[in-house]
Amino acid sequence: MNAIEILGLEKTYRVGFWAKRQKRALHPLHLSVEEGEIFGFLGPNGAGKTTTLKLLMGLVFPSAGSARILGRDWTDPEVKAQIGFLPEQPYFYDHLTAHELLNYYAQLSGVPAKERSRRVESTLQRVALANVQGVQLRKFSKGMLQRVGIAQAILHEPKVVFFDEPMSGLDPIGRREVRDLMEQLKHEGKTVFFSTHILSDAEALCDRVAIIHQGELRGIGAVEDLTSSVQGKVEIVWQGTQVPASMKALGADCHVTGDTVRAVIDERQQDAAIDALRRERLRLIALTPMRTSLEAYFVERLQRAETTAGSTV
Amino acid sequence: MNARILHIASNTFREAVRDRVLYNLIAFAVLLSGAAILVGQISIDIEKLVVINLGLTAVSLFGIVIAIFIGIGLVSKEIEKRTLYTVLSRPVRRWEFIVGKYFGLAGTLVVNTFFMAIGVFAALFYVSHKFVRADALVLVALYFIILEFLIICSLALLFSSFSSPLLSAVFAFSLFVIGSFAEDLRGFAAITHGFTRWLVTGAAYLVPNFSAFNIVSSIAHEQPVAMQLVWHNTLYALFYAAMALSGAVLIFEYRNLK
Repeated sequence: MNAIEILGLEKTYRVGFWAKRQKRALHPLHLSVEEGEIFGFLGPNGAGKTTTLKLLMGLVFPSAGSARILGRDWTDPEVKAQIGFLPEQPYFYDHLTAHELLNYYAQLSGVPAKERSRRVESTLQRVALANVQGVQLRKFSKGMLQRVGIAQAILHEPKVVFFDEPMSGLDPIGRREVRDLMEQLKHEGKTVFFSTHILSDAEALCDRVAIIHQGELRGIGAVEDLTSSVQGKVEIVWQGTQVPASMKALGADCHVTGDTVRAVIDERQQDAAIDALRRERLRLIALTPMRTSLEAYFVERLQRAETTAGSTV
Repeated sequence: MNARILHIASNTFREAVRDRVLYNLIAFAVLLSGAAILVGQISIDIEKLVVINLGLTAVSLFGIVIAIFIGIGLVSKEIEKRTLYTVLSRPVRRWEFIVGKYFGLAGTLVVNTFFMAIGVFAALFYVSHKFVRADALVLVALYFIILEFLIICSLALLFSSFSSPLLSAVFAFSLFVIGSFAEDLRGFAAITHGFTRWLVTGAAYLVPNFSAFNIVSSIAHEQPVAMQLVWHNTLYALFYAAMALSGAVLIFEYRNLK
C-alpha cells in the first residue's frame, strides 16, 4: 500500500504589488511512496522541496491537485494524527523547556494523559536530550533545537514522518545519530519522507529518491537503479608496478600507485582481462563494477534540465 | 471547551507569563502606591476620587497596551518564527488555533486585571482606611475594562492574522483611540447630510464604542450604574469580539503560510 500519493499537486503564487504576475513554485507533481520506505526528496536550494512539504502539511494551499496519506485525503484531521513533521530550521517557544514543549505537542496530538509523561521522557532519551530538564529552549544550541524538532515529530508515534532537511545544523555525530534514528524508524515499519540537498545522506539511507529542480520532478527511482549499470565499466586492481601489454591491448585506462595497479575497462572485456592477469601471474586484488554515484546522477539530471530549458527558450 | 483550544490557550498564557508580561504589575504597584501616598498628603476630601480615577485609568491603559502588544504578535510571530508549522501539522484546525490564542490572551489580561484590582483596592483602603458599599462600584468599572480588553484582543488578533506586527499595532491602537470617541463620532454623523452622513454613520457604528465602557468618572463620584448598561455593554462586547474573531478565523483559514 502507498503511504503517500501525491496526485498532481501544483502551486502558483501571485507576486508583485498588484499580485498580477504569477510565479510557479511547483509544477504538477505526481509521486507515490510505499509504506515502510525511506524516501529522499532531493533538489538544490529553492527547487520546491519545502513547498511540497508545506502543501502536504496543509500550511499552504495547492493551486491544483490533491494528495492521499495512508489512503485518506491529506486534509483529513485524522490523517494528521498519524503524521509527524520536522520543518526546516525549526524554532520553538523560547520560554518553554523541552519537556513542556513536548508535553504541549503531545496534548495537541491527542496522546492520552496517562501516557504523556512516559512518552516525553522516552522520546527525549531517543534524541539524546535526556538531561535538559528545566532548561528553557532559548538557551539551546542550533543542534539541540534540531533534536527537539525531531523529537516533536516522532513523539506521538506517527506512521509517516516528514523531515525537511533533518541534518541541517547537526555536527557529524549528530548527523550519524539522525541517520541511525531514521533507520530505526524504518525498522519499526514507519515511512520516512525527507528532503535534503546532502546527497551522501540520501545515498546512505534511502530506498528510493526523487529529484526535483525548479519545481519540476526530474527523476525518481530506487537508489541502486539510479546508480548502477549506467557506466558499464569495471575497475580491476592487481598487485604489481607494471601494466602488461595484453591489458593495454584491451583498452584499459591504467594508473600505478605504489605496488598496485588500478585499471578501468569495459564490462565486456572483464573475462579477457582476468585471463591476461593469470597469464602474467599477477595477483588480482579486486574487481568492482563501476557505479555512478548519486551525485553524478543528480548533476546529470540537473544539467539535462538546464539544457532542455535552454533549448526551449 | 474543546481540549485543543484549552491547551493552546494555556500555552499562550504560560508564554505571556514567562515573557515577563506580568512584570508590568510591578510598575503599576509602584505608580499606584506612590500616587496614593502623594494624594493622601496633598488633597483634602478628594483623595478617594483621585485614587479611583488614577487607578482605573492605569488599569485600563496598562491592559490595552499589553493586549495590543501581545495580540499583534500572536499569529504573525508564530508564522515568522515558524512555530505554527509544528502546531498546524497536527490534528489542530486553524480556527481552533485562533480561538485558543484569543482565550490565552484574554486569560492573561483577566489575571493581570485581577492583580491590578487588588492594587486599586489596597490604595483605596490606604487613603480612606475603610471600605464602603459604594466601593463595590469599582468592580463594575473593572468589569467594563475587562470587556474592553475582550474587544481589543479580538481586534489585535484580527489585524495580526493578515498584517505585520507594526501595522497591526498602528491599526489596533488607532481603533482604540477612535473608539474612545465613538459617541462624538455618532454625534457628528447626526449633523451631516447626504453621502457624508451615510459614510460617517457607517464608520461610527463600525468602530468599537469604547466610550460606553468608560464609567470611571461617574464611579469616582459614586454614581450608580444602570443594570441595563451592564447588559448592553456585555452583549455588545461579546458580539463585537465574536465578529472580529470570526473575521480573523476567516482570513486565517485561507492564508498561505509561506
